[in-house]
Amino acid sequence: MNNPEILVIDDEGQIRKLLQITLQSNDYNVKLAENAKEGLIAAANHPPDLILLDIGLPDESGHSVLKKLREWYEQPIIILSVQNSEEDIVTALDNGANDYLIKPYRTAELLARIRSALRKSTVPEKNIIGDIGGLEIDLAARTVKKNNEVIKLTSTEYTLLTLFVRNEGKALTHRFLLKEVWGPNFSNESQYLRVYIAQLRKKIEENPNKPLYLITETGVGYRFVSQNIKE
Amino acid sequence: MGSHKKAFQFILATLIVIVVSAVCFAFSGIIGYRVVAYVLLITVSFIAMLFDILPVLLSALLSALIWDFFFIPPRFTFYVGTAQDTFTLAMYFVIALINAVLTYKVRQIEKRARIKEEKNNAIHLYNILLNSLSHELKTPIATIIGATDNLMSDTSKFSEENRKSLLSEISIASVRLNQQVENLLNISRLEAGYLKPKKDWCDVTDLIYSVVNRLEGVEGHRIEIKINDKLPLFKLDIGFMEQVLFNLLRNAIAHTDPGTVITVSADYITALGEIFGESANGKVGAHAINHSLILEISDTGSGFPPDEIEDVFDKFYRLKNSKTGGTGLGLSIVKGLVEAHNGTVKLMNRPEGGAKFIIKIPAEISEVNKQQYE
Repeated sequence: MNNPEILVIDDEGQIRKLLQITLQSNDYNVKLAENAKEGLIAAANHPPDLILLDIGLPDESGHSVLKKLREWYEQPIIILSVQNSEEDIVTALDNGANDYLIKPYRTAELLARIRSALRKSTVPEKNIIGDIGGLEIDLAARTVKKNNEVIKLTSTEYTLLTLFVRNEGKALTHRFLLKEVWGPNFSNESQYLRVYIAQLRKKIEENPNKPLYLITETGVGYRFVSQNIKE
Repeated sequence: MGSHKKAFQFILATLIVIVVSAVCFAFSGIIGYRVVAYVLLITVSFIAMLFDILPVLLSALLSALIWDFFFIPPRFTFYVGTAQDTFTLAMYFVIALINAVLTYKVRQIEKRARIKEEKNNAIHLYNILLNSLSHELKTPIATIIGATDNLMSDTSKFSEENRKSLLSEISIASVRLNQQVENLLNISRLEAGYLKPKKDWCDVTDLIYSVVNRLEGVEGHRIEIKINDKLPLFKLDIGFMEQVLFNLLRNAIAHTDPGTVITVSADYITALGEIFGESANGKVGAHAINHSLILEISDTGSGFPPDEIEDVFDKFYRLKNSKTGGTGLGLSIVKGLVEAHNGTVKLMNRPEGGAKFIIKIPAEISEVNKQQYE
């Protein structure tokens, strides 16, 4: 089997070098681009399996590169961003980025995010998730079990959980969740989301205050994980 | 405020001159009108020591007129009877003016000297701060450069264990450096007024646990959490609040011994005008009620030196006997972020020992979660 190919679009030479070494030594093929123009050409010439895209590019903003890529490119795109830029992250996620990493990031986290994004793009739909907390979700049978006992969920809770499971491992923004579950008119009514997340955690988590599945991404949204990717 | 103060000076100067003149008037039979001139001159000098130039000139003029009108014979006219008195009155006026101007000038010189000294003190303090800051930044950099130099020179002379420990030093130093730089960036953003809270509905329980889970088990401290289970959602900047909690908890962990219990508690108060009490549960018009989130972070450590409590929120301030590294920015960032929410943060030593930070933030609340839980 061929090693997955990753395209890195980042203007900082040191970061490109570092990513190249990190990724190559973890059996990924790496292509490098140092600006938006090069990146777009490289992606079009030979579409990679995943793109790591820096938001702060010299010739064109990463946001606009992301939009251009998403017109035709369907594989995962992970955004690299600097600190204190939740707005950038939310915008990128809403524009179709699969995930984000904040610089400086830890290598283990980078690799875990890449693995998770690649796994999703190869396995289109999961029906059952079984994991450390003893949670089983069967989307076909519309049942959720915790420790082999069926959990009763309201229809909104179930819709929300389904959305999370279908996007497992992916950071979902408040706006996206509200729009998908409650409709476009509710995209700013985050109070409903907070309440349902709290309820859902009470039902599916062993300890709602130390969630293993429904992880809060502060200022951005929530992420559903079925495997502990913290490593 | 400045113009109020000036008006006050004019009124007070006039009053002093009038009162002194009235007293002299009462005794004018005994002391004679020439002595009154001396008394008035002293009064003007006294005023010159305290007030600005204009009120002093006013009092000089006023006292000269009063002396002429009420004391120089014939009294109750501005007419001066003898050539000697005319001469004395003119001299009085000149002396009063010279007196006023000279006193004022001396005070100006003193004031300039004082400002210069304060400036020098500030520069001195700033140098100390810069030194401490550059130490905090350069130590990790020195570690990284030293360790990488070692690793690059001749790897064969290092045991695997030493190599690993050098690498681990680099890692620790980088994390520390990153933390310091982040603090500096935050404080400069706050100072520039660039950081404006972006408020959204915030589940404070989730927020507290997510910060505490991040710090859990650090250096053997125990963190206890006490949250009012009827806490509503608050409209806050979640990123800011996360930083506030993180800085306070990390500060408590860094400055207390392992085994210390740190307690985080969250509650809220509802104020109706001046009255504090239970939530009105929507019975009173919502617009009339002010809600505040109260966060308390307390520890069982040794508390703060009482004479330094006032200063701990100052930028770059570090406790005099502080041993652990830090830029002295963490708490000033806390204060800045809380104040960006129009909130307040207070520090006190608990009577039973240890320190306690109390944060009060006025915020809009949502009752949505309460209805759901019932």
